[in-house]
Amino acid sequence: MLATKGLKYSYDSKVALDFPDIECQRGESWLLLGQSGSGKTTLLHVLGGLRTPQSGKVIIADTDLHKLSASKMDSFRGKNIGIIFQDAHFLKALTVEENLALAQQLAGHPVSKKRIKTLLDRLNIGDKLNSKTKELSQGEQQRVAIARALINKPAVILADEPTSALDDLNCNEVVKLLETQAKEENAVLLIVTHDGRLKDLFPNKIYLNDKK
Amino acid sequence: MNILSLAWKNLTSNALSMLLSLVLFALGVGLISLLLLLNKQVDEKFDKNLADIDLVIGAKGSPLQMILCNMYHIDAPTGNISIKAARPFMNPKHPLIKTAIPLSLGDSYKGYRVVGTTHELPDTLYNGVLAEGTLWKEDMEVTIGAAVAEDLNLKIGDTFFSSHGLVDDEMHIHDEGEHFKVVGLFAPGGTVLDQLILTTPQSIWKVHDHTEEPPPPLEGEDGHNHDHDHDHDHAGHDHSHDHDHSHDHGSTPPEERKELIDEVDKEITSLLIRYKSKTNWRALSLGRNINENTDMQAALPSYEMNRLFNMMGAGEQLLRMIAMIIFFVSGLSIFISLFKSLRERKNELALMRVMGASRAKLFSLVILEGLLLAVIGYCIGMVLSHIGMELLAGVMKDSYRYTFTGWTFMKEEIYLFFGALAIGFIAALIPAITASRTDISDTLLKG
Repeated sequence: MLATKGLKYSYDSKVALDFPDIECQRGESWLLLGQSGSGKTTLLHVLGGLRTPQSGKVIIADTDLHKLSASKMDSFRGKNIGIIFQDAHFLKALTVEENLALAQQLAGHPVSKKRIKTLLDRLNIGDKLNSKTKELSQGEQQRVAIARALINKPAVILADEPTSALDDLNCNEVVKLLETQAKEENAVLLIVTHDGRLKDLFPNKIYLNDKK
Repeated sequence: MNILSLAWKNLTSNALSMLLSLVLFALGVGLISLLLLLNKQVDEKFDKNLADIDLVIGAKGSPLQMILCNMYHIDAPTGNISIKAARPFMNPKHPLIKTAIPLSLGDSYKGYRVVGTTHELPDTLYNGVLAEGTLWKEDMEVTIGAAVAEDLNLKIGDTFFSSHGLVDDEMHIHDEGEHFKVVGLFAPGGTVLDQLILTTPQSIWKVHDHTEEPPPPLEGEDGHNHDHDHDHDHAGHDHSHDHDHSHDHGSTPPEERKELIDEVDKEITSLLIRYKSKTNWRALSLGRNINENTDMQAALPSYEMNRLFNMMGAGEQLLRMIAMIIFFVSGLSIFISLFKSLRERKNELALMRVMGASRAKLFSLVILEGLLLAVIGYCIGMVLSHIGMELLAGVMKDSYRYTFTGWTFMKEEIYLFFGALAIGFIAALIPAITASRTDISDTLLKG
C-alpha cells in the first residue's frame, strides 16, 4: 500500500507545495488530477523517492521511504516502485528485451527471459522483443515502459501523464492495459494526469489544489 | 547484461563519435611502442656487436665512420693501412694487446660483405657457432653468416664471384679469377656475424690480383669523401703467397697472424683490438699515441658509439615527446567524447537510477567505458606498432643488412598497458563523477 502524511515541498522559500494525505490499497487504481503547475509531477517524484520533501512522510509497503539512506533508497525504488514517464525513456543502445533485463538486474533480481516474454505478450508487443527501442512507435514505447514498470512486481506503480502523447485509440488501450496489469500484479496504480479522457475511467481520484 | 557488456554496448552504439578518440589513442600507444621496440632492438644490436672490442685501428679519416665500417659493417672504410705499419700491434708478444684481429674489406656478394680475417673474429669476438660445415681454411673458402645463407639461399659447396666494392654492383664482379666456395654456415647469433661472408685476408688480395686496372671509384661511397685506396694497388705485384696454400691457414690464429705479418707490402683495412687489461693506463694512452705518431688512427668504439647515440638521441627525444603529446591529447579526446555522450545520455542515466542503480554503479559504468576505450585503443596501437616495426625491419634490412623484427614483445609494453589504463581512467573520472551526481528528478523534469 501507499500512504502519505503531511507532505510539503518547496523549490524555493516563496512557493511551497502542500499535498493532501493519500492512502491507497494494493490492487487499487487512482487518478491524481490538477492544473499544470499544481505540483503533480513533483508529488510523483516525491512518492518515487526521486525528491526529498521538506516535511511529511511517504510509506510504501510499510517502509518510511525518506528515512532510507541514498543507496538503500535506490535499491528500494528498483524493487518496489515502478515509474512510467510522460516520454518513454530507454537505454538506446539496448533492445527491448535487454532494457527489461537491465531493470530486473538493477533491482537485484535474476534475469528471467520467460517473465519478460510473458509480460510483453500480455501487452501485445511480444514480437518486439529484439527491436531497438527507437524503432518502436510511441504507443509501443509506452507499452514497453509499462512492462518495465511492472517487471519486478512492484508494490506501487507511478505513471506521469502516460497518455499525453497518445491518440484516443492508443490512450484507451494503454490505460486499460495499465489498469489490468497493475491489478494482476496486485500493485497500487497512481496515474498523474490532466488528461480529461481518463476522468471517467477511474472512480478513485485525488485533486491537487492550485498554488497557494 | 552485466555492467561491462552495458558499457560495451554504449560504446559500440555510439561508435562513430568514439572513433576519433580511439584512433588518436591507438596512434599514441602505437608510436610509443614502436619507439620502444626500435630503441631496444637497435641498442641490442649495437651492444652485441660491441663485442668487447677496446680499440679499432685503421686509416685516418672519421673515427665514427671507421667504427661503423669495421665493427657494424654499415659505412664504407676510411681506407687501408699497410701491414708494415700495423705489424707492431699484431705481435702476439705485445705487452698491452691480447687480441688483434685484422680485417680486409672491399668486396661483397649481392650486398653482403666479404671479410678477410682470422678465425678469432667468430671465435673470440662474436661467439659464432657453426651450424654446418667448417670454418674457412684455404684461400677462397668462405664461412657465411646465417642471414646471408638464408637470404641468398647459399649452401655448403656453392660457389660465387664477389664484386668489388661494398654495394651491390653487377659492374664490378670479379668473374675472371677464382670463385669463392662455401665451406661452412654459422648459426644465427643476433650479431653482425649473421650478415658477413668470412674468408682469409689473402683471398681478398687474390681476387684483386686478377684485376688488371684499378677499378673505378665506387658509387654510393663517394659521398663520404675519403680515400678509397682499399682498391688495392697491389695488382701486378709479384705475390708469392699462392705458393704454399697446402699448409693450414686456419689451424692456430697466431700462426695465421704471423704469416700476415710477413706480407709487409700488403694492406688490410683495420685491426680490432682487445687489451690485456682495460684499466692499464698505458693501454688507455695507446690510442692517442697511434693518432699522434703514426699514419693510422685509433678509435674507441664505446666513445664513438656514445657520441652517435647522443646525436641520434635528440631526434629520438623529439619523437618521444610527440608520442607523449598524442597520447595525452587522445586522453583529452576520450574525456570529451565521454562527456558529450553522457550529456546525450543524461536521461538514460537518470532512468538507470530510477530502475535502482546506485550512484556508484553509474560511476563505475562510465569508468568502465573509459577503460574499455583505452584497452581497445591499446590493442589497435600494439598491432599497428608491431606491423610498423616489421615493415621498418624490411626497410632496414634492405639498407643495412641488419635484421630487426616486429614479432617480439617486451615488458615495457606491459607498463604501457597500465599507462593506457591510467589515461582511460583519468579521462573518464570527471564524466563519471558528473554521471554519479546526476539529479534524477531535475533531469527527468527537463526531459
